[in-house]
Amino acid sequence: MNVVVLAKYVPNPTGTPQLGEDHLLVREGVEGSLDPGDEPAIEAALETVEQAGGEVTVVSMGPAPAMEAVRKALSIGVHKGALITDDALRGSDTLATAQVLASAIQLQEFDLVFAAVESTDGYTGTLPQTLAEFLGVPALTFARKVELKDGAIRIERQIETGYEVVEAPLPALVTVTAGATTPRYPTLKGIMQAKQKPVDQPSLQDLGLTAENVAATQSVTKVVDAPERQAGEVIEDDGSAADRIVQFLKEAKVV
Amino acid sequence: MAGIWVYAEQAGGQPNASALELLTKARDLGGEVAAVVLGPGAKEAAPALGEHGAATVYAGDDPVFDDHLAQPRVEVLHRLVDEHRPNLILFASSYDSRDVAGRLQARTASTLMSNASDVLAPDRAQTQIFGGTKVVDVELAGPDPKLVLIRPKAFAAEPSGGTADVVDVPTDMPDEAKRARVVERHEEEASGPKLEDASVIISGGRGLQDPKNFELLQELAKALGKAAVGATRAVVDAGWVPYSMQIGQTGITVKPEVYIAVGISGATQHLVGMKESKRIIALNKDPDAPIFRIADLGVVGDALKVLPAVTEKLRSS
Ligand SMILES: Cc1cc2nc3c(=O)[nH]c(=O)nc-3n(C[C@H](O)[C@H](O)[C@H](O)COP(=O)(O)OP(=O)(O)OC[C@H]3O[C@@H](n4cnc5c(N)ncnc54)[C@H](O)[C@@H]3O)c2cc1C
Ligand SMILES: Nc1ncnc2c1ncn2[C@@H]1O[C@H](COP(=O)(O)O)[C@@H](O)[C@H]1O
Repeated sequence: MNVVVLAKYVPNPTGTPQLGEDHLLVREGVEGSLDPGDEPAIEAALETVEQAGGEVTVVSMGPAPAMEAVRKALSIGVHKGALITDDALRGSDTLATAQVLASAIQLQEFDLVFAAVESTDGYTGTLPQTLAEFLGVPALTFARKVELKDGAIRIERQIETGYEVVEAPLPALVTVTAGATTPRYPTLKGIMQAKQKPVDQPSLQDLGLTAENVAATQSVTKVVDAPERQAGEVIEDDGSAADRIVQFLKEAKVV
Repeated sequence: MAGIWVYAEQAGGQPNASALELLTKARDLGGEVAAVVLGPGAKEAAPALGEHGAATVYAGDDPVFDDHLAQPRVEVLHRLVDEHRPNLILFASSYDSRDVAGRLQARTASTLMSNASDVLAPDRAQTQIFGGTKVVDVELAGPDPKLVLIRPKAFAAEPSGGTADVVDVPTDMPDEAKRARVVERHEEEASGPKLEDASVIISGGRGLQDPKNFELLQELAKALGKAAVGATRAVVDAGWVPYSMQIGQTGITVKPEVYIAVGISGATQHLVGMKESKRIIALNKDPDAPIFRIADLGVVGDALKVLPAVTEKLRSS
């Protein structure tokens, strides 16, 4: 079975993000890493081939430092990688990203594609669906549980009022929520082995795309500070906090 | 005149609040407004959509729209778009609408903007970034229709008193569109007011330490009445409480009279879902927790002690 997992390199996932002069998120010169949100998807991909046999390929589009995200996935146990880096892709939007990823995935046969539901930095949350349409496969989204059964994929899909069970034959794409799996950590051995694993770096041209195909369609024209909420009174609980809270609720006329 | 469409969600013949909010905005943009509504109950929902500004409602009642996730909806929406060529389609930021808009984008090769907080023109929208601290204007280029997903509660729904022409949509589906099948549906029963309607929301985070301590929130909610219980993603992902209770960027957005954050650190992704609350109380044992920066009343203390004391006082008063 050929399983693909998407991985995104994000700048500084836990620190304070910054905008450059061009209003794009600063991605270079800041410490970056594999998007932690992708780890549950990587785990789901690995568990799938452990059950059904086959290999996992990690596919990423990003600037040169994104190789670090690819290597991290390889060190966790992913078998091989593909990284698409091109200056023309800087600032590209979800349509271009989905096109690039689709073309890269289609360089080989695939049975399943795993992705996270949204990235930590961009959180568009629609890229996997766009990709699925380009690939011509169903997208089983927002999975809180993933199961391979009789050659079909079956998930529990989170919905606003509970969950639904959805099935599809392969090939298919699945987006995985953070709670769906418990990601494993890279081992020292894994980190050593990752260095030997093959990473393909196709150019845009290899993918049959041109800079025009991936031109950005959104431009930021203005950035202003949002009105800020002020901090109010802060008290230390010395046994009287409950009284103060009740008084506050009374002032707010909700009791 | 610009053609502005709303992809309207409904359940059992009732339009979702988001559909009415989006129509109110669409109307304000001064174009020709239409809505597309699909799934069993769609036609029943159509009049309300007309009342909120849709001159035309494309409605499809067929169960095929509910049984195979997004693909049949995208199939029909794409055909309608090809025929009528709208300039802009507004979507809610919900899971279902994200699935539809994402796939549609691959077909229309148009731009898609997520998490919009306002629409300024058919090709210009606004979003808030970095936990709502910056407001950004974005110009949308490329082929129509522009696809914009809007955060919940970005606008207040107001009826305009119109009536809509209801137009049937095709329901013939290629087999490829039906490969994913919904085989079971499990709805969690909700008790008390819905989060969207509650005047007080008590939300719990990882600081509650154990799923069973969520009962302390339920107890307080009961003592208050008109109150509902919410949660952070951390505890939803941990399986303590269902996703329907998640507040924040990828959950619901609430604006109650009073929001009580208990054992919640105040991550930006949580704040975007609740910082428009009228008043905020934060209860956290860490005096440096970011939640205190937006709280009107901050209490540094142990939630497991303070909460039951509040409930007790309310019961006895
Ligand atoms: C793309 C993306 C989307 C996200 N979407 C959402 C979303 O929609 N909603 C959401 O909530 N999060 C979301 N998150 C997650 C978010 O970043 C935080 O991880 C999450 O909100 C943290 O939850 P928490 O406050 O419960 O946990 P923590 O951050 O672990 O905070 C627990 C707090 O409890 C306090 N505490 C501990 N013990 C006690 C005690 N006895 N009494 C009082 N206080 C105590 C601690 O001091 C701490 O501040 C998203 C993240 C990403 C990357
Ligand atoms: N540049 C990228 N390279 C690889 N995967 C990506 C990329 N962008 C997004 N993804 C995947 O798609 C998911 C949703 O992304 P987004 O639409 O940006 O929220 C991410 O969590 C990743 O799994």
